[in-house]
Amino acid sequence: MKTNSKLLSAPYTVWMTIFIVLPMVLVAYFAFTDKQGAFTLENILSVGQYSNVFLRSIWLGAVATAICLVLGYPMAYIIAKLPAKRQSVMVMLVMLPMWMNFLLRTYAWMTLLEDNGLINAVLSAVGLPKVHMINTAGAVVLGMVYNYIPYMVLPLYSVLTKIDGSVIEAAQDLGASDRKVFLKVVVPMSMPGIISGVTMVFVPAVSTFIISKMLGGGGNLLIGDLIDMQFLGSAYNPNLGSAISLVLMVIILICMGIMNQFDDGEDEGKGGIML
Amino acid sequence: MSRTAAKLYTFLIFLFLYAPILVLIVFSFNDTETASRTVFSGFSLRWYEKLFQDRLILEALRNTLIIAVAAAAASTVLGTMAAIGINSMKRLPKRIMMNITNFPMVNPEIVTGVSMMLLFVFAVGVFGGRSLGMGSIIAAHITFCLPYVILQVLPKLRQMDPALYEAAQDLGCPPVKAFFKVVLPEIMPGIVTGMIMAFTLSIDDFVISYFTSGTTQTLPIYIYSMTRKRVSPEINALSTVLFAAVMVLLIIVNVRSSGQKAEKGGERG
Repeated sequence: MKTNSKLLSAPYTVWMTIFIVLPMVLVAYFAFTDKQGAFTLENILSVGQYSNVFLRSIWLGAVATAICLVLGYPMAYIIAKLPAKRQSVMVMLVMLPMWMNFLLRTYAWMTLLEDNGLINAVLSAVGLPKVHMINTAGAVVLGMVYNYIPYMVLPLYSVLTKIDGSVIEAAQDLGASDRKVFLKVVVPMSMPGIISGVTMVFVPAVSTFIISKMLGGGGNLLIGDLIDMQFLGSAYNPNLGSAISLVLMVIILICMGIMNQFDDGEDEGKGGIML
Repeated sequence: MSRTAAKLYTFLIFLFLYAPILVLIVFSFNDTETASRTVFSGFSLRWYEKLFQDRLILEALRNTLIIAVAAAAASTVLGTMAAIGINSMKRLPKRIMMNITNFPMVNPEIVTGVSMMLLFVFAVGVFGGRSLGMGSIIAAHITFCLPYVILQVLPKLRQMDPALYEAAQDLGCPPVKAFFKVVLPEIMPGIVTGMIMAFTLSIDDFVISYFTSGTTQTLPIYIYSMTRKRVSPEINALSTVLFAAVMVLLIIVNVRSSGQKAEKGGERG
């Protein structure tokens, strides 16, 4: 039976070789060749010109991730403390907005933040001055937080529900203050959730190109916009685009490597994140 | 944290999550010629009428559904087979397979999209044939759906007692029949969840379709082009219809699964 079942994964192996491994090889190939197909380091070296775009992406992504963590942790904690039946309803309510298409959710914020948008209309109705919000870095961060906060709340919630209540009681019995219980017991025990939440928010936030396009105007170019421009935009240059993609992947791998340092050997397959 | 503070906090977070969607829905019923997004001037269904007469939207919707059904079906079959294979592997090959499986989930979507675009352009260049379109989108969607199916089916296989399958064979059941009668029912919940996930992920996908679609329109791609060029409450109407459809789908799934739970109770897990 064993040899037979192993063969069942053969089509999958072939599929992934063609559609995952081969494309990555192509990205690497394009990154290190010029338009004639000769080897060159020029593409990789010219990525350096865009270091400001890279820094902006990482900075905005990091700010959005931090805000998601600060806002999401209490939410996850509150949900985890509810009776079991209410918990599943609340989790569903956190998930529900994600079922609306990502573009539409971002578009919704466009209509709210515009100079003539609803928020400004409300402000001027109460006699306050208008605020310019759309096409700023702040709007981009807001879009990231709004779109990705469920990715932070869900993994946090699933670790927090698993914490054994008697551990917390034990800490209290031994004289720890509430603050100390939280910092020394709850937070360390929820570390795997924090790590997967941070990863799940940071990776899409750093590499987004729609949020920056819709909410950031032209002035807040991110790595994703840069890649988009090289492949489908005005600055058609797949070689440079591949080089930028490669650098983006390396940055994300390094970030995840750093994150995993905080993780104390969790078993494979985190799973159970969606649905 | 005190109770009221917790309630207030929950309220504020949900306000943040739902207010934009609510505004979008309310303004889809706005009766105005100038498509104002701040003044509500009366109830009307005119944007819905316009929406359902828009041939481009209906065609994009058709494409999206064809792609989602094809991608969900193919990735469910391939993914379930793969999960069974991976489950029976030894440590090292299993690890390699799991790494390949996890890779597209960790890799930035835009990089996956761009890399597949390079592949399809390369394939057209080498083998000729048609340029990017439905075929390439479906292949790309199958690829990003596969890991989700596998990660849903694998845990079910791991939970299953292998003695069950052996017992069926000891009692004279041929392996193929033993698989369909013993293994498949056990892992069915995982397969169904995986398939639903694949279907919804495919319908919702924009980034990967954007890079692999050529000139073919899917609903998210059409929405994207709408937000780029003109501002029309038609988008609001479309959002509302989609949101309502998802709600109905979710309710059906929930009723179905709670009905199953009530029915079970017995020996089946």
